[in-house]
Amino acid sequence: METKLYTITVFSENTVGVLNQITIIFTRRGLNIETLSVSPSALPGIHKFTITLFTTPDMVEKVVNQIDKRVDILKAYYNTDEDLVFQELALYKLATEKVLELGSVEYFIRKYNIRVLEISNDCTVFLKAGHYAETQSLFEELSEKVGVLQFIRSGRIAITRSKVERLSDMLEEMQKIQEKQNGNRKV
Amino acid sequence: MKKEVTGAQALMLSLIEEGVDTIFGYPGGAIIPVYDALYDFRDKVNHILARHEQGATHAAQGYARVSGKVGVSLVTSGPAATNAITGIADALLDSTPLVVIAGQVGTSLLGTDAFQEIDVVGITQPITKWSYQIRHAKDITWAVARAFYIARNGRPGPVMLDFTKSAQNEMVEFDYKPCTFIRSYLPYPEIRENQIDKAAQLINEAKKPYALVGQGVILANAEKELIDFLEKADIPAASTLLGLSAMPSDFRLNKGFLGMHGNVAPNMKTNECDVLIAIGMRFDDRVTGDLNTYAKQAKIIHMDIDQSEIGKNVPVDAPILGSVKESLPALTAKINSAKHTDWIDSFGEYDKQEYDAVIRNEVYRTEGELTMGEVVNKITEATKNKAVVVTDVGQNQMIAARYFKYTETRSVVTSGGLGTMGFGIPAALGAKVGAPDRTVCLFAGDGGFQMTMQELGTIMQENLGVKIILLDNRFLGMVRQWQELFFDERYSFTHMKNPDFVAIAKSYNIDSRLVTKREELDDAIADMLKDDKPYVLVVEVEQKGMVYPMVPAGSCVTNIIM
Repeated sequence: METKLYTITVFSENTVGVLNQITIIFTRRGLNIETLSVSPSALPGIHKFTITLFTTPDMVEKVVNQIDKRVDILKAYYNTDEDLVFQELALYKLATEKVLELGSVEYFIRKYNIRVLEISNDCTVFLKAGHYAETQSLFEELSEKVGVLQFIRSGRIAITRSKVERLSDMLEEMQKIQEKQNGNRKV
Repeated sequence: MKKEVTGAQALMLSLIEEGVDTIFGYPGGAIIPVYDALYDFRDKVNHILARHEQGATHAAQGYARVSGKVGVSLVTSGPAATNAITGIADALLDSTPLVVIAGQVGTSLLGTDAFQEIDVVGITQPITKWSYQIRHAKDITWAVARAFYIARNGRPGPVMLDFTKSAQNEMVEFDYKPCTFIRSYLPYPEIRENQIDKAAQLINEAKKPYALVGQGVILANAEKELIDFLEKADIPAASTLLGLSAMPSDFRLNKGFLGMHGNVAPNMKTNECDVLIAIGMRFDDRVTGDLNTYAKQAKIIHMDIDQSEIGKNVPVDAPILGSVKESLPALTAKINSAKHTDWIDSFGEYDKQEYDAVIRNEVYRTEGELTMGEVVNKITEATKNKAVVVTDVGQNQMIAARYFKYTETRSVVTSGGLGTMGFGIPAALGAKVGAPDRTVCLFAGDGGFQMTMQELGTIMQENLGVKIILLDNRFLGMVRQWQELFFDERYSFTHMKNPDFVAIAKSYNIDSRLVTKREELDDAIADMLKDDKPYVLVVEVEQKGMVYPMVPAGSCVTNIIM
């Protein structure tokens, strides 16, 4: 079956070992994580994971269900690129003397919409936000023309295009269901 | 006024709050403070000293499976925690509620390769429902309450508490609040009416409906709801290995046992029915065989409490997410009363084929060597089909599953998912503790028996009336069977030279008898069942017995060797 890039979003409690709980599900099925980004979400105490991987529709569905099943996971879902507004960041460290040899950096700034974070005797640092292909193409052009001393790209961060993602509504709903059930069922 | 106690005492008080009266355990350095606290609770908690931590976890499983309560196991750090792993993994695959508490080095030593330190949370995360390290005494009540809530609710499973020694010794105010809600975990998904309606419509239109019953029915205490459902629309049903005893064996619509060594009709009918209703089962590969040829003609209804099981192996036309305790009555209300007499009768033809080809020779042999099947049959008869049957793994397990009969639910304790050899003896002793008024019969082979036979010591010390039937064929029988069928009779390391099992039992002061001839069997069984004391009945059965029928691994369910 044909594979494509999926973006998995996971909301979790901020407890020790959650990342391991998620990654072991990929390990078991022999799946490689392409990018991973973790940070506190808009809700206090809840972390958000954005994971990308190449796989089949069937596999991503099963993996997401198995992540969602974990007790410490609040919610997991997946999207393809069409559903998302997404971004990555990249930093490029260049030798300042080589940059000066170019005579001008205007070309790069205009073409790639980069920001210059640092210029010192030792190095110059560019920052570029963009999709993988964009940060990659800058990397290739810089490598060829200037030489890149260090390069780092962040994992993907993404938000859905569809209506607002209301985790707090979902949490409220879960609480209502459980309170109703606790009334009916002796726990 | 809240009282100050040590962390170890807080653990004991918390366990009592959760209704724990039985612990299977083994003390050691990093759990001594808890054992010291336990010493003062001997009147409230029955601690059973296993002979190996694997035994302690399997015993807790056996206890949980027959009683429906959470099994509790208490062990020390490091090697004890790793020894417990097999039981924990087994409990995950078979959805058994278990809380395992392991000692851990003090917090100041964590991560330093201290004596008997191992990353218990890291090791157990893939094989538990929840795994948590208690680093401070103030977290104990919260963690224990949560552990029991998670272990017993929703799809049950094992929980690991990794209890640092420093937390055991810290002082804390004891104030217990049971857990009733976890915002990230909804154990009982709400039943959706539209899912019920869709499934009901499929059943009402069905000419040849067929139900597959799994352990979910037993775990949800939905045995009556199941019978009501099946009877209303006259739906024949068969059980998975773990679903056995959810329906009485003589129930009119119970058509037997599914899977690799299941009955012929239940497997054949999977590929003949028009609507297949899976109830609290997970389409394990030992049930389905080749998925590409599995029930392709049927519309599939899958009722399960675990969203991740739905569609995992078999594509589903009508999923019903939720506890079958709620979904079965909801579905029963929406289906029409029906009669499927011809369809149900059609199972009989395959039953006759199976009887002629397999059962007559396995169960009712009159000459030649003893078979496993006749031993199982004699014992189920002698116990009036009322006993709890515990099995080890392999031929003994499949023969017991095929020929033991049930009148009561929660009568089967077997390692289905993990297939753990050595499960039998400790699980049986745990089952006897969990159901002291019932006869508990263990069928084990000579291989599995020797993996955990040190637990005879536990049986001796606690005087647990476990009836152990050792089906001795001097082979690792199931592997030998595969070698005979698929590996050109190259019996690579499956023959066993065995000790004198009767002498071993007697050295533990357990009554024991060796049976080698058919005419000795009835008398020996009567001797075994005459009282409620432990007994090891060693039966020498044919060396090269086969378990038939057999659906070869990965083959179509209708491709049955007999």
